[in-house]
Amino acid sequence: MTAKLKMSQSDAACAEGSICINNLNVYYGDRHALKNININLPTRSITAIIGPSGCGKTTLLKCFNRLIDSVDDITVTGQVLVDGDDIFAPEAEVTDIRKRMGLLSQRPYPLPMSIYENVAFGPKLHGVKEKSKLNEIVEHYLKEASLWDEVKDRLNTPASRLSIGQQQRLCLARGLAVEPDIILGDEPTSALDPISSHHIEQKFLELKKEYTIVVVTHILRQARRIADYLIFMYMGEIVEHGPAKEILENPKEKRTQEYVKGIIS
Amino acid sequence: MSSQGRILKDKIAHKVMLAFVWLTIILLLVIALGLFIKAWPLFKTVSISDLLFSTTWVPYEGKFGMLSFIISTFWVTGVATVIAVPLCLLCAIYLSEYANKKVIAWVSPLIDILAGIPSVIFGIWGVIVIVPFVRDILAPMFGVSSTGYSILAGGIVLSIMVFPIVIYVLLEVFKTVPEDLRNAALSLGANKWIMIRKVLLRKAGPGIISAIVLGFSRALGETLAVLMVVGNVVDLPSNPLEAGYPLPAMIANNYGELLSIPMYDSALMLCALVLFVIVVFFNIIARIILRRIEKKIS
Ligand SMILES: Nc1ncnc2c1ncn2[C@@H]1O[C@H](COP(=O)(O)OP(=O)(O)O)[C@@H](O)[C@H]1O
Ligand SMILES: [Mg+2]
Repeated sequence: MTAKLKMSQSDAACAEGSICINNLNVYYGDRHALKNININLPTRSITAIIGPSGCGKTTLLKCFNRLIDSVDDITVTGQVLVDGDDIFAPEAEVTDIRKRMGLLSQRPYPLPMSIYENVAFGPKLHGVKEKSKLNEIVEHYLKEASLWDEVKDRLNTPASRLSIGQQQRLCLARGLAVEPDIILGDEPTSALDPISSHHIEQKFLELKKEYTIVVVTHILRQARRIADYLIFMYMGEIVEHGPAKEILENPKEKRTQEYVKGIIS
Repeated sequence: MSSQGRILKDKIAHKVMLAFVWLTIILLLVIALGLFIKAWPLFKTVSISDLLFSTTWVPYEGKFGMLSFIISTFWVTGVATVIAVPLCLLCAIYLSEYANKKVIAWVSPLIDILAGIPSVIFGIWGVIVIVPFVRDILAPMFGVSSTGYSILAGGIVLSIMVFPIVIYVLLEVFKTVPEDLRNAALSLGANKWIMIRKVLLRKAGPGIISAIVLGFSRALGETLAVLMVVGNVVDLPSNPLEAGYPLPAMIANNYGELLSIPMYDSALMLCALVLFVIVVFFNIIARIILRRIEKKIS
Protein backbone atom coordinates (compact mmCIF):
# COMPACT_ATOMS: atom_id res chain seq x y z
CA MET A 1 0.00 0.00 0.00
CA THR A 2 2.59 2.49 1.11
CA ALA A 3 4.67 1.67 -1.91
CA LYS A 4 1.79 2.73 -4.07
CA LEU A 5 1.63 6.11 -2.37
CA LYS A 6 5.33 6.58 -2.68
CA MET A 7 5.19 6.08 -6.42
CA SER A 8 6.82 8.95 -8.18
CA GLN A 9 5.80 10.45 -11.47
CA SER A 10 8.00 8.16 -13.50
CA ASP A 11 6.34 5.09 -12.01
CA ALA A 12 2.94 6.18 -13.17
CA ALA A 13 3.19 3.79 -16.10
CA CYS A 14 3.40 0.96 -13.61
CA ALA A 15 -0.16 -0.29 -13.79
CA GLU A 16 -2.01 -3.39 -12.69
CA GLY A 17 -0.27 -6.61 -13.70
CA SER A 18 2.87 -4.88 -14.84
CA ILE A 19 6.45 -5.21 -13.71
CA CYS A 20 8.60 -2.10 -13.37
CA ILE A 21 12.27 -2.35 -12.61
CA ASN A 22 14.28 0.56 -11.29
CA ASN A 23 18.06 0.46 -10.91
CA LEU A 24 18.14 -3.24 -10.18
CA ASN A 25 21.55 -4.66 -9.33
CA VAL A 26 22.25 -8.23 -8.30
CA TYR A 27 25.50 -9.63 -6.95
CA TYR A 28 26.34 -13.28 -6.36
CA GLY A 29 29.03 -12.69 -3.79
CA ASP A 30 31.33 -10.28 -5.66
CA ARG A 31 30.03 -11.24 -9.05
CA HIS A 32 27.95 -8.45 -10.53
CA ALA A 33 25.28 -10.45 -12.35
CA LEU A 34 22.71 -7.76 -13.15
CA LYS A 35 23.88 -4.22 -13.81
CA ASN A 36 21.55 -1.27 -13.44
CA ILE A 37 18.45 -2.73 -14.96
CA ASN A 38 15.75 -0.16 -15.74
CA ILE A 39 12.71 -1.21 -17.67
CA ASN A 40 8.91 -1.37 -17.54
CA LEU A 41 7.37 -4.52 -18.94
CA PRO A 42 4.14 -4.10 -20.89
CA THR A 43 0.99 -5.76 -19.55
CA ARG A 44 -1.14 -8.31 -21.38
CA SER A 45 1.49 -9.18 -23.89
CA ILE A 46 4.45 -11.46 -24.25
CA THR A 47 7.87 -10.09 -23.40
CA ALA A 48 10.77 -12.28 -24.45
CA ILE A 49 14.18 -11.95 -22.84
CA ILE A 50 16.94 -13.07 -25.16
CA GLY A 51 20.69 -13.14 -24.88
CA PRO A 52 23.62 -15.54 -24.71
CA SER A 53 23.76 -18.03 -21.87
CA GLY A 54 25.16 -16.64 -18.65
CA CYS A 55 24.02 -13.08 -19.40
CA GLY A 56 21.62 -12.98 -16.45
CA LYS A 57 18.23 -13.91 -17.91
CA THR A 58 17.38 -16.46 -15.25
CA THR A 59 18.65 -14.16 -12.55
CA LEU A 60 16.35 -11.39 -13.74
CA LEU A 61 13.38 -13.73 -13.81
CA LYS A 62 14.17 -15.02 -10.33
CA CYS A 63 14.05 -11.47 -9.02
CA PHE A 64 10.44 -11.12 -10.11
CA ASN A 65 9.17 -13.84 -7.79
CA ARG A 66 12.01 -13.52 -5.31
CA LEU A 67 13.22 -17.06 -5.77
CA ILE A 68 16.55 -15.27 -5.78
CA ASP A 69 16.14 -15.12 -1.97
CA SER A 70 17.16 -18.73 -1.57
CA VAL A 71 20.58 -18.19 -3.12
CA ASP A 72 23.43 -17.95 -0.59
CA ASP A 73 25.41 -14.76 -0.43
CA ILE A 74 23.14 -12.72 -2.69
CA THR A 75 22.84 -8.91 -2.71
CA VAL A 76 19.97 -7.17 -4.45
CA THR A 77 19.67 -3.40 -4.68
CA GLY A 78 17.09 -1.28 -6.47
CA GLN A 79 13.39 -1.71 -6.93
CA VAL A 80 11.06 -4.15 -8.63
CA LEU A 81 7.46 -2.94 -8.61
CA VAL A 82 4.70 -5.43 -9.27
CA ASP A 83 1.25 -3.82 -9.45
CA GLY A 84 3.00 -0.82 -7.95
CA ASP A 85 4.22 -2.69 -4.84
CA ASP A 86 7.92 -2.84 -4.19
CA ILE A 87 8.46 -6.56 -3.82
CA PHE A 88 11.85 -6.18 -2.14
CA ALA A 89 10.44 -3.87 0.52
CA PRO A 90 10.98 -5.25 4.04
CA GLU A 91 7.23 -5.48 4.67
CA ALA A 92 6.53 -7.30 1.41
CA GLU A 93 5.12 -10.78 2.01
CA VAL A 94 6.99 -13.18 -0.21
CA THR A 95 4.20 -15.78 -0.52
CA ASP A 96 1.79 -13.03 -1.65
CA ILE A 97 4.23 -11.94 -4.31
CA ARG A 98 4.66 -15.47 -5.58
CA LYS A 99 0.92 -15.98 -5.66
CA ARG A 100 0.71 -13.30 -8.33
CA MET A 101 2.96 -15.26 -10.70
CA GLY A 102 2.99 -18.65 -12.25
CA LEU A 103 6.37 -20.14 -13.10
CA LEU A 104 7.42 -22.55 -15.82
CA SER A 105 10.98 -23.72 -15.49
CA GLN A 106 13.44 -25.13 -17.97
CA ARG A 107 12.32 -28.66 -17.27
CA PRO A 108 8.95 -29.55 -15.82
CA TYR A 109 9.14 -30.46 -12.15
CA PRO A 110 5.87 -32.07 -11.13
CA LEU A 111 5.44 -32.20 -7.36
CA PRO A 112 5.76 -35.73 -5.96
CA MET A 113 2.03 -36.31 -5.80
CA SER A 114 -0.92 -37.10 -8.05
CA ILE A 115 -1.97 -35.08 -11.09
CA TYR A 116 -4.96 -33.81 -9.14
CA GLU A 117 -2.89 -32.86 -6.11
CA ASN A 118 -0.43 -30.97 -8.28
CA VAL A 119 -3.10 -28.60 -9.53
CA ALA A 120 -4.87 -28.40 -6.17
CA PHE A 121 -1.63 -27.66 -4.31
CA GLY A 122 -1.70 -23.88 -4.80
CA PRO A 123 -5.43 -23.34 -4.23
CA LYS A 124 -5.27 -25.46 -1.06
CA LEU A 125 -2.39 -23.36 0.23
CA HIS A 126 -4.42 -20.26 -0.35
CA GLY A 127 -7.38 -21.48 1.59
CA VAL A 128 -9.69 -23.42 -0.73
CA LYS A 129 -10.89 -26.40 1.30
CA GLU A 130 -14.16 -27.59 -0.20
CA LYS A 131 -13.70 -30.74 -2.23
CA SER A 132 -16.28 -29.73 -4.83
CA LYS A 133 -14.64 -26.36 -5.34
CA LEU A 134 -11.24 -27.99 -5.69
CA ASN A 135 -12.62 -30.43 -8.24
CA GLU A 136 -13.93 -27.52 -10.25
CA ILE A 137 -10.62 -25.68 -10.08
CA VAL A 138 -8.62 -28.73 -11.11
CA GLU A 139 -10.87 -29.42 -14.07
CA HIS A 140 -10.95 -25.79 -15.14
CA TYR A 141 -7.20 -25.27 -15.16
CA LEU A 142 -6.39 -28.63 -16.69
CA LYS A 143 -8.69 -27.60 -19.53
CA GLU A 144 -7.05 -24.19 -19.63
CA ALA A 145 -3.72 -25.94 -20.18
CA SER A 146 -5.23 -28.33 -22.78
CA LEU A 147 -4.45 -31.35 -20.66
CA TRP A 148 -7.85 -32.35 -19.33
CA ASP A 149 -8.83 -34.80 -22.06
CA GLU A 150 -5.58 -36.68 -21.75
CA VAL A 151 -5.67 -37.11 -17.98
CA LYS A 152 -9.29 -36.96 -16.84
CA ASP A 153 -9.42 -40.74 -16.30
CA ARG A 154 -6.28 -40.90 -14.21
CA LEU A 155 -6.26 -37.83 -12.03
CA ASN A 156 -5.06 -39.84 -9.06
CA THR A 157 -1.99 -41.36 -10.67
CA PRO A 158 1.41 -39.85 -9.87
CA ALA A 159 2.21 -36.85 -12.05
CA SER A 160 5.64 -38.27 -12.82
CA ARG A 161 4.02 -40.92 -15.04
CA LEU A 162 3.06 -38.26 -17.60
CA SER A 163 5.20 -37.59 -20.65
CA ILE A 164 7.51 -34.63 -20.34
CA GLY A 165 5.34 -32.48 -22.61
CA GLN A 166 2.27 -33.32 -20.55
CA GLN A 167 4.23 -32.57 -17.40
CA GLN A 168 5.02 -29.07 -18.65
CA ARG A 169 1.35 -28.44 -19.38
CA LEU A 170 0.56 -29.75 -15.91
CA CYS A 171 3.04 -27.25 -14.51
CA LEU A 172 1.23 -24.54 -16.47
CA ALA A 173 -2.15 -25.64 -15.08
CA ARG A 174 -0.66 -25.76 -11.60
CA GLY A 175 0.70 -22.23 -11.98
CA LEU A 176 -2.52 -20.84 -13.41
CA ALA A 177 -4.53 -22.38 -10.56
CA VAL A 178 -3.17 -19.85 -8.07
CA GLU A 179 -4.79 -17.16 -10.25
CA PRO A 180 -1.73 -15.09 -11.02
CA ASP A 181 -1.60 -11.94 -13.15
CA ILE A 182 1.81 -12.77 -14.49
CA ILE A 183 3.30 -15.88 -16.07
CA LEU A 184 7.05 -16.37 -16.00
CA GLY A 185 8.78 -18.91 -18.20
CA ASP A 186 12.48 -19.75 -18.10
CA GLU A 187 13.15 -21.42 -21.44
CA PRO A 188 9.97 -23.41 -20.85
CA THR A 189 10.22 -25.37 -24.08
CA SER A 190 13.89 -26.22 -24.05
CA ALA A 191 13.33 -29.77 -22.80
CA LEU A 192 10.29 -30.46 -24.96
CA ASP A 193 9.78 -32.09 -28.34
CA PRO A 194 8.65 -29.80 -31.19
CA ILE A 195 4.98 -30.68 -30.88
CA SER A 196 4.87 -30.06 -27.13
CA SER A 197 6.81 -26.82 -27.64
CA HIS A 198 4.26 -25.72 -30.18
CA HIS A 199 1.51 -26.53 -27.68
CA ILE A 200 3.07 -24.28 -25.06
CA GLU A 201 3.69 -21.46 -27.52
CA GLN A 202 0.08 -21.57 -28.70
CA LYS A 203 -1.05 -21.54 -25.08
CA PHE A 204 1.02 -18.44 -24.39
CA LEU A 205 -0.49 -16.66 -27.39
CA GLU A 206 -3.97 -17.40 -26.03
CA LEU A 207 -3.10 -16.53 -22.45
CA LYS A 208 -1.58 -13.15 -23.23
CA LYS A 209 -5.07 -11.70 -23.52
CA GLU A 210 -5.42 -12.09 -19.77
CA TYR A 211 -1.89 -12.33 -18.43
CA THR A 212 1.38 -10.52 -18.55
CA ILE A 213 3.84 -13.08 -19.85
CA VAL A 214 7.61 -12.94 -19.55
CA VAL A 215 9.58 -15.69 -21.29
CA VAL A 216 13.28 -16.27 -21.33
CA THR A 217 14.33 -17.95 -24.52
CA HIS A 218 17.52 -18.64 -26.35
CA ILE A 219 15.66 -19.59 -29.50
CA LEU A 220 15.43 -16.53 -31.73
CA ARG A 221 12.79 -18.12 -33.92
CA GLN A 222 10.65 -18.66 -30.87
CA ALA A 223 11.00 -15.02 -29.92
CA ARG A 224 10.01 -14.12 -33.46
CA ARG A 225 6.93 -16.32 -33.27
CA ILE A 226 5.51 -15.25 -29.95
CA ALA A 227 7.06 -12.06 -28.60
CA ASP A 228 5.41 -8.65 -28.67
CA TYR A 229 8.22 -7.00 -26.80
CA LEU A 230 11.85 -7.97 -26.71
CA ILE A 231 14.69 -7.45 -24.28
CA PHE A 232 18.22 -8.23 -25.36
CA MET A 233 20.67 -8.79 -22.54
CA TYR A 234 24.41 -9.14 -22.64
CA MET A 235 26.78 -9.71 -19.70
CA GLY A 236 24.30 -8.58 -17.09
CA GLU A 237 23.09 -5.49 -18.91
CA ILE A 238 20.08 -4.68 -21.00
CA VAL A 239 21.56 -3.69 -24.32
CA GLU A 240 18.37 -2.94 -26.14
CA HIS A 241 14.65 -3.32 -25.68
CA GLY A 242 11.54 -2.44 -27.63
CA PRO A 243 8.76 -3.88 -29.75
CA ALA A 244 9.85 -7.28 -31.00
CA LYS A 245 9.58 -6.45 -34.67
CA GLU A 246 11.77 -3.41 -34.38
CA ILE A 247 14.52 -5.20 -32.49
CA LEU A 248 14.54 -8.21 -34.76
CA GLU A 249 14.41 -6.33 -38.03
CA ASN A 250 16.15 -3.16 -37.21
CA PRO A 251 18.42 -3.47 -34.18
CA LYS A 252 20.28 -0.29 -33.31
CA GLU A 253 23.09 -1.60 -31.16
CA LYS A 254 25.98 -3.46 -32.71
CA ARG A 255 25.83 -6.34 -30.19
CA THR A 256 22.13 -6.84 -30.86
CA GLN A 257 22.77 -6.89 -34.60
CA GLU A 258 25.44 -9.50 -34.13
CA TYR A 259 23.26 -11.63 -31.88
CA VAL A 260 20.27 -11.45 -34.18
CA LYS A 261 22.45 -12.40 -37.12
CA GLY A 262 23.84 -15.29 -35.12
CA ILE A 263 27.40 -13.99 -34.85
CA ILE A 264 27.36 -14.08 -31.05
CA SER A 265 25.35 -16.74 -29.37
CA MET B 1 43.72 -48.35 -27.63
CA SER B 2 42.05 -50.64 -30.14
CA SER B 3 38.35 -51.17 -29.79
CA GLN B 4 38.93 -54.89 -29.45
CA GLY B 5 41.18 -54.28 -26.48
CA ARG B 6 38.58 -52.07 -24.92
CA ILE B 7 35.86 -54.67 -25.33
CA LEU B 8 38.07 -57.29 -23.78
CA LYS B 9 38.82 -55.01 -20.83
CA ASP B 10 35.11 -54.31 -20.42
CA LYS B 11 34.38 -58.00 -20.38
CA ILE B 12 37.03 -58.74 -17.82
CA ALA B 13 35.92 -55.88 -15.58
CA HIS B 14 32.37 -57.14 -15.81
CA LYS B 15 33.39 -60.69 -14.89
CA VAL B 16 35.53 -59.54 -11.98
CA MET B 17 32.74 -57.43 -10.54
CA LEU B 18 30.27 -60.25 -10.92
CA ALA B 19 32.68 -62.54 -9.11
CA PHE B 20 32.87 -60.11 -6.20
CA VAL B 21 29.10 -59.91 -5.96
CA TRP B 22 28.94 -63.69 -5.78
CA LEU B 23 31.73 -63.74 -3.26
CA THR B 24 29.73 -61.47 -0.92
CA ILE B 25 26.66 -63.63 -1.22
CA ILE B 26 28.66 -66.80 -0.63
CA LEU B 27 30.41 -65.21 2.33
CA LEU B 28 27.04 -64.46 3.92
CA LEU B 29 25.94 -68.04 3.40
CA VAL B 30 29.20 -69.41 4.77
CA ILE B 31 28.86 -67.34 7.93
CA ALA B 32 25.29 -68.46 8.44
CA LEU B 33 26.20 -72.05 7.76
CA GLY B 34 29.20 -71.97 10.12
CA LEU B 35 27.07 -70.59 12.94
CA PHE B 36 24.38 -73.13 12.23
CA ILE B 37 26.75 -76.08 12.32
CA LYS B 38 28.25 -74.91 15.60
CA ALA B 39 24.81 -74.42 17.11
CA TRP B 40 23.53 -77.74 15.82
CA PRO B 41 24.29 -79.93 18.90
CA LEU B 42 21.99 -77.71 20.94
CA PHE B 43 19.00 -78.41 18.75
CA LYS B 44 19.33 -82.10 19.52
CA THR B 45 18.96 -81.65 23.29
CA VAL B 46 16.77 -78.56 23.68
CA SER B 47 13.65 -77.70 21.71
CA ILE B 48 13.69 -74.60 19.54
CA SER B 49 10.79 -73.01 21.37
CA ASP B 50 12.65 -73.47 24.68
CA LEU B 51 15.63 -71.73 23.13
CA LEU B 52 13.87 -68.80 21.53
CA PHE B 53 10.85 -68.22 23.74
CA SER B 54 12.06 -68.98 27.23
CA THR B 55 13.74 -66.51 29.56
CA THR B 56 15.46 -69.11 31.70
CA TRP B 57 19.18 -68.80 31.03
CA VAL B 58 21.02 -71.14 33.39
CA PRO B 59 23.87 -72.61 31.38
CA TYR B 60 25.17 -75.16 33.92
CA GLU B 61 21.69 -76.65 34.14
CA GLY B 62 21.55 -76.80 30.36
CA LYS B 63 18.86 -74.15 30.16
CA PHE B 64 19.46 -71.73 27.33
CA GLY B 65 16.33 -69.59 26.94
CA MET B 66 17.48 -66.48 25.10
CA LEU B 67 14.29 -64.46 24.95
CA SER B 68 15.65 -61.82 27.36
CA PHE B 69 18.58 -61.17 25.06
CA ILE B 70 16.42 -60.96 21.96
CA ILE B 71 13.94 -58.60 23.59
CA SER B 72 16.78 -56.46 25.00
CA THR B 73 18.27 -56.17 21.52
CA PHE B 74 15.00 -54.86 20.14
CA TRP B 75 14.54 -52.53 23.09
CA VAL B 76 17.94 -50.89 22.80
CA THR B 77 17.72 -50.59 19.04
CA GLY B 78 14.16 -49.29 19.24
CA VAL B 79 15.03 -46.66 21.84
CA ALA B 80 18.05 -45.55 19.82
CA THR B 81 15.97 -45.24 16.67
CA VAL B 82 13.17 -43.33 18.37
CA ILE B 83 15.71 -40.84 19.67
CA ALA B 84 17.93 -40.66 16.60
CA VAL B 85 15.48 -40.49 13.71
CA PRO B 86 13.65 -37.27 14.56
CA LEU B 87 16.85 -35.57 15.70
CA CYS B 88 18.74 -36.59 12.58
CA LEU B 89 15.89 -35.55 10.32
CA LEU B 90 15.60 -32.12 11.91
CA CYS B 91 19.35 -31.69 11.89
CA ALA B 92 19.67 -32.71 8.24
CA ILE B 93 16.74 -30.53 7.21
CA TYR B 94 18.34 -27.59 8.97
CA LEU B 95 21.72 -28.15 7.39
CA SER B 96 20.39 -28.69 3.90
CA GLU B 97 17.56 -26.14 3.78
CA TYR B 98 18.26 -23.37 6.29
CA ALA B 99 21.92 -23.18 7.21
CA ASN B 100 24.23 -21.07 5.09
CA LYS B 101 27.45 -22.37 3.66
CA LYS B 102 29.59 -21.14 6.53
CA VAL B 103 27.67 -23.16 9.10
CA ILE B 104 27.89 -26.24 6.91
CA ALA B 105 31.62 -25.75 6.46
CA TRP B 106 31.92 -25.78 10.25
CA VAL B 107 29.58 -28.60 11.01
CA SER B 108 30.43 -31.23 8.43
CA PRO B 109 33.99 -31.84 9.66
CA LEU B 110 32.57 -32.20 13.16
CA ILE B 111 30.17 -34.85 11.92
CA ASP B 112 33.06 -36.62 10.22
CA ILE B 113 35.03 -36.61 13.46
CA LEU B 114 32.04 -37.98 15.33
CA ALA B 115 31.89 -40.83 12.84
CA GLY B 116 35.51 -41.72 13.47
CA ILE B 117 35.44 -41.89 17.26
CA PRO B 118 36.03 -45.47 18.47
CA SER B 119 33.07 -47.00 20.22
CA VAL B 120 34.93 -47.53 23.49
CA ILE B 121 35.07 -43.75 23.87
CA PHE B 122 31.35 -43.49 23.41
CA GLY B 123 31.09 -46.21 26.07
CA ILE B 124 33.22 -44.30 28.56
CA TRP B 125 31.32 -41.12 27.85
CA GLY B 126 28.12 -43.08 28.42
CA VAL B 127 29.38 -44.33 31.77
CA ILE B 128 30.48 -40.95 33.07
CA VAL B 129 27.70 -38.79 31.61
CA ILE B 130 24.65 -40.70 30.45
CA VAL B 131 24.46 -43.29 33.22
CA PRO B 132 24.45 -40.67 36.01
CA PHE B 133 22.04 -38.58 33.95
CA VAL B 134 19.59 -41.47 33.79
CA ARG B 135 20.13 -42.38 37.44
CA ASP B 136 19.87 -38.92 38.95
CA ILE B 137 17.56 -37.04 36.61
CA LEU B 138 15.50 -39.17 34.23
CA ALA B 139 14.63 -42.05 36.58
CA PRO B 140 13.49 -39.79 39.46
CA MET B 141 11.36 -37.89 36.94
CA PHE B 142 9.38 -41.06 36.37
CA GLY B 143 9.45 -41.93 40.05
CA VAL B 144 11.63 -45.01 39.60
CA SER B 145 14.97 -45.85 41.09
CA SER B 146 17.55 -47.00 38.61
CA THR B 147 21.25 -47.62 38.72
CA GLY B 148 21.43 -45.73 35.45
CA TYR B 149 22.89 -48.76 33.72
CA SER B 150 19.87 -49.30 31.55
CA ILE B 151 18.36 -49.81 28.13
CA LEU B 152 17.72 -46.08 27.97
CA ALA B 153 21.41 -45.31 28.56
CA GLY B 154 22.32 -47.83 25.86
CA GLY B 155 19.76 -46.30 23.50
CA ILE B 156 21.02 -42.77 24.07
CA VAL B 157 24.65 -43.73 23.50
CA LEU B 158 23.70 -45.70 20.40
CA SER B 159 21.61 -42.88 19.00
CA ILE B 160 24.62 -40.58 19.16
CA MET B 161 26.74 -43.21 17.49
CA VAL B 162 24.39 -43.64 14.53
CA PHE B 163 23.93 -39.88 14.24
CA PRO B 164 26.79 -39.17 11.80
CA ILE B 165 26.02 -41.92 9.35
CA VAL B 166 22.29 -41.21 9.27
CA ILE B 167 22.84 -37.47 8.85
CA TYR B 168 25.43 -38.04 6.20
CA VAL B 169 23.11 -40.24 4.15
CA LEU B 170 20.18 -37.87 4.67
CA LEU B 171 22.22 -34.92 3.40
CA GLU B 172 23.18 -36.89 0.31
CA VAL B 173 19.54 -37.80 -0.21
CA PHE B 174 18.41 -34.19 0.07
CA LYS B 175 21.08 -33.18 -2.43
CA THR B 176 19.46 -35.42 -5.03
CA VAL B 177 16.23 -33.40 -4.84
CA PRO B 178 16.51 -30.77 -7.59
CA GLU B 179 16.61 -27.12 -6.57
CA ASP B 180 13.99 -26.37 -9.20
CA LEU B 181 11.54 -28.76 -7.57
CA ARG B 182 11.85 -26.81 -4.35
CA ASN B 183 11.42 -23.62 -6.36
CA ALA B 184 8.32 -25.01 -8.04
CA ALA B 185 6.63 -25.48 -4.67
CA LEU B 186 7.81 -22.08 -3.41
CA SER B 187 6.63 -20.34 -6.57
CA LEU B 188 3.11 -21.59 -5.89
CA GLY B 189 3.17 -19.68 -2.63
CA ALA B 190 4.25 -22.44 -0.26
CA ASN B 191 6.39 -21.27 2.60
CA LYS B 192 9.59 -23.10 3.30
CA TRP B 193 8.24 -25.41 5.96
CA ILE B 194 5.30 -26.51 3.82
CA MET B 195 7.65 -27.06 0.90
CA ILE B 196 9.84 -29.24 3.11
CA ARG B 197 6.95 -31.28 4.46
CA LYS B 198 4.91 -31.73 1.32
CA VAL B 199 7.59 -31.86 -1.33
CA LEU B 200 11.11 -32.43 -0.04
CA LEU B 201 10.31 -35.14 2.50
CA ARG B 202 7.96 -36.88 0.11
CA LYS B 203 10.38 -36.82 -2.76
CA ALA B 204 13.16 -37.98 -0.48
CA GLY B 205 10.98 -40.65 1.20
CA PRO B 206 12.75 -43.76 -0.08
CA GLY B 207 16.14 -42.25 0.67
CA ILE B 208 15.06 -41.35 4.20
CA ILE B 209 14.01 -44.95 4.77
CA SER B 210 17.39 -46.13 3.52
CA ALA B 211 19.14 -43.80 5.92
CA ILE B 212 17.08 -45.08 8.83
CA VAL B 213 17.68 -48.71 7.86
CA LEU B 214 21.38 -48.07 7.69
CA GLY B 215 21.33 -46.54 11.16
CA PHE B 216 19.15 -49.36 12.46
CA SER B 217 21.45 -52.06 11.12
CA ARG B 218 24.41 -50.37 12.72
CA ALA B 219 22.52 -50.09 16.00
CA LEU B 220 21.50 -53.75 16.00
CA GLY B 221 25.05 -54.95 15.89
CA GLU B 222 26.89 -52.34 17.95
CA THR B 223 28.51 -54.06 20.87
CA LEU B 224 31.12 -52.43 23.01
CA ALA B 225 29.61 -49.04 23.86
CA VAL B 226 26.26 -50.61 24.63
CA LEU B 227 27.81 -53.33 26.73
CA MET B 228 29.43 -50.70 28.92
CA VAL B 229 26.22 -48.89 29.86
CA VAL B 230 23.33 -51.28 29.46
CA GLY B 231 23.66 -53.16 32.76
CA ASN B 232 24.03 -56.70 31.39
CA VAL B 233 21.41 -58.31 33.60
CA VAL B 234 19.71 -61.46 32.35
CA ASP B 235 16.10 -60.52 32.87
CA LEU B 236 13.18 -59.67 30.66
CA PRO B 237 13.14 -55.86 30.63
CA SER B 238 9.71 -54.24 30.88
CA ASN B 239 10.72 -50.61 30.46
CA PRO B 240 13.76 -48.68 29.21
CA LEU B 241 14.87 -47.65 32.69
CA GLU B 242 15.64 -51.25 33.54
CA ALA B 243 18.88 -52.99 32.72
CA GLY B 244 19.02 -55.17 29.63
CA TYR B 245 21.37 -57.57 27.95
CA PRO B 246 21.34 -57.33 24.15
CA LEU B 247 22.68 -60.22 22.08
CA PRO B 248 25.95 -58.62 20.91
CA ALA B 249 26.90 -57.63 24.45
CA MET B 250 26.04 -61.08 25.74
CA ILE B 251 28.17 -62.83 23.14
CA ALA B 252 31.11 -60.51 23.64
CA ASN B 253 30.99 -60.83 27.43
CA ASN B 254 30.82 -64.59 27.56
CA TYR B 255 32.72 -65.93 24.62
CA GLY B 256 35.93 -67.57 25.68
CA GLU B 257 34.80 -67.95 29.27
CA LEU B 258 33.14 -70.93 30.87
CA LEU B 259 33.35 -72.85 27.66
CA SER B 260 33.80 -76.00 29.75
CA ILE B 261 30.07 -75.99 30.44
CA PRO B 262 28.53 -78.41 27.97
CA MET B 263 26.65 -76.84 25.09
CA TYR B 264 27.60 -73.33 26.21
CA ASP B 265 29.55 -72.50 23.09
CA SER B 266 26.75 -73.89 20.96
CA ALA B 267 24.32 -71.61 22.76
CA LEU B 268 26.52 -68.59 22.08
CA MET B 269 26.74 -69.58 18.44
CA LEU B 270 22.99 -69.78 18.34
CA CYS B 271 22.78 -66.28 19.82
CA ALA B 272 25.05 -65.09 17.04
CA LEU B 273 22.93 -66.86 14.46
CA VAL B 274 19.76 -65.26 15.82
CA LEU B 275 21.38 -61.83 15.67
CA PHE B 276 22.53 -62.52 12.13
CA VAL B 277 19.05 -63.60 11.08
CA ILE B 278 17.46 -60.53 12.68
CA VAL B 279 19.80 -58.19 10.81
CA VAL B 280 19.31 -59.96 7.48
CA PHE B 281 15.55 -60.17 7.93
CA PHE B 282 15.33 -56.54 8.87
CA ASN B 283 17.24 -55.52 5.76
CA ILE B 284 15.05 -57.64 3.52
CA ILE B 285 11.87 -56.19 4.96
CA ALA B 286 13.27 -52.69 4.58
CA ARG B 287 14.07 -53.42 0.91
CA ILE B 288 10.52 -54.55 0.30
CA ILE B 289 9.09 -51.43 1.89
CA LEU B 290 11.49 -49.33 -0.15
CA ARG B 291 10.39 -50.95 -3.40
CA ARG B 292 6.76 -50.29 -2.58
CA ILE B 293 7.37 -46.63 -1.84
CA GLU B 294 9.48 -46.13 -4.93
CA LYS B 295 6.76 -47.66 -7.06
CA LYS B 296 4.18 -45.41 -5.52
CA ILE B 297 6.14 -42.24 -6.14
CA SER B 298 7.52 -42.76 -9.61
N1 LIG C 1 23.73 -19.38 -7.65
C1 LIG C 1 24.70 -18.70 -8.29
N2 LIG C 1 25.85 -18.41 -7.65
C2 LIG C 1 26.83 -17.72 -8.27
N3 LIG C 1 26.77 -17.26 -9.52
C3 LIG C 1 25.65 -17.51 -10.22
C4 LIG C 1 24.56 -18.25 -9.65
N4 LIG C 1 23.58 -18.33 -10.58
C5 LIG C 1 24.05 -17.71 -11.68
N5 LIG C 1 25.28 -17.20 -11.48
C6 LIG C 1 26.09 -16.43 -12.44
O1 LIG C 1 25.36 -15.30 -12.84
C7 LIG C 1 25.43 -15.13 -14.23
C8 LIG C 1 24.05 -15.10 -14.84
O2 LIG C 1 23.47 -16.39 -14.73
P1 LIG C 1 22.03 -16.71 -15.27
O3 LIG C 1 21.10 -15.68 -14.78
O4 LIG C 1 21.72 -18.12 -14.89
O5 LIG C 1 22.22 -16.60 -16.84
P2 LIG C 1 21.31 -17.09 -18.04
O6 LIG C 1 20.00 -17.55 -17.47
O7 LIG C 1 21.19 -15.92 -18.92
O8 LIG C 1 22.05 -18.19 -18.71
C9 LIG C 1 26.28 -16.24 -14.78
O9 LIG C 1 27.55 -15.75 -15.02
C10 LIG C 1 26.31 -17.26 -13.68
O10 LIG C 1 27.55 -17.91 -13.63
MG1 LIG D 1 19.11 -19.50 -17.61
